[in-house]
Amino acid sequence: MKPRILEVRTKILKHNDEIAREMRSDFARRGLFVVNLVSSPGAGKTELLTHTLSRLGRDYRIAAVVGDLATENDARRIATSGAPTKQIETGNICHLEADMVSGAIADWNLDEFDFLFIENVGNLVCPTSFDLGEHLRVLLLSVTEGEDKPLKYPTLINTADVTLITKIDIAEAVGFDADQMKANIQSARPGITMLDVASKRGDGMEAWIDFLVERRAAFLTDDNAVSSARS
Amino acid sequence: MHELSIATSLIDVACDAAGDEGAERVLSLRVRLGPLAGVDHEALLFAFGFAAEGTMCEGARLLIEEVPVTVYCPDCDAVKRLPEIYQFTCPDCGTPTPEMRTGREMELASLEIDSHEAAHS
Repeated sequence: MKPRILEVRTKILKHNDEIAREMRSDFARRGLFVVNLVSSPGAGKTELLTHTLSRLGRDYRIAAVVGDLATENDARRIATSGAPTKQIETGNICHLEADMVSGAIADWNLDEFDFLFIENVGNLVCPTSFDLGEHLRVLLLSVTEGEDKPLKYPTLINTADVTLITKIDIAEAVGFDADQMKANIQSARPGITMLDVASKRGDGMEAWIDFLVERRAAFLTDDNAVSSARS
Repeated sequence: MHELSIATSLIDVACDAAGDEGAERVLSLRVRLGPLAGVDHEALLFAFGFAAEGTMCEGARLLIEEVPVTVYCPDCDAVKRLPEIYQFTCPDCGTPTPEMRTGREMELASLEIDSHEAAHS
């Protein structure tokens, strides 16, 4: 036996990417627009999702998948919106992977939905490289997190398609510097769309819903419209 | 720590590739990581060590090659290397540079394997 070098040049997450790609084509065939919500814990993903589902649910058929390390609390909160909801408990895993999502939605008839929201595990690093077959990756940054979050955690924002600044209704109370935050977001990801929202009070929610509706419409007319971070 | 998931995937990809070549053992793996892949090198090395146990990669050396973040600057009409991965502006002229060329890589580049001569005749 003689040692030798074997050129491989294969993506390490090949398996995850293959599942994600298959899901994305399947979603596209069914006209199902899939949104992956990512943020640190406590940025307001569940609150945003609950209010998004209630508003969007007036005109569209929606489902949600929620990832957490433990408990079904989020799924219960989100289910109050009336949308079909599945909880993924990841155990100790700090992010969702494509096969977890594929397993969670396996017994749904996806033809029955227009939008599927995936709430990722609250983590600002780990979800970065895991494609879930989504068409849109939304990063939430709350006004309580500090304006330099986009600089400290540049990897996840680098794969995001849109940034939502959440809890904007308490911005003044926490001394939030909106200009600084926006400059930092644009530094880490030039040109990214930024929206301000306060899920509970409703500020900016209409613009956010309009954005989602427009993006889905563009997706339906363009087979190749996929999230810029993935291909 | 998502590096355990990544280490497990890496070992699967490596064992498949090595197995196809009739290898008995993987001696070393060379991976290419971009800083924007979000992988901590130390954590990956640590996770690799125990994820490899009982596989063809057990005891193999993991060599990490860091790929720089490079962007295209439309004003300079050139590819530039970014000094800071959170500042996507041309280091020479300051123009915003959203177009990334490298920096998100996470791939297995090559393997050093021990194999029977007959396997690839």
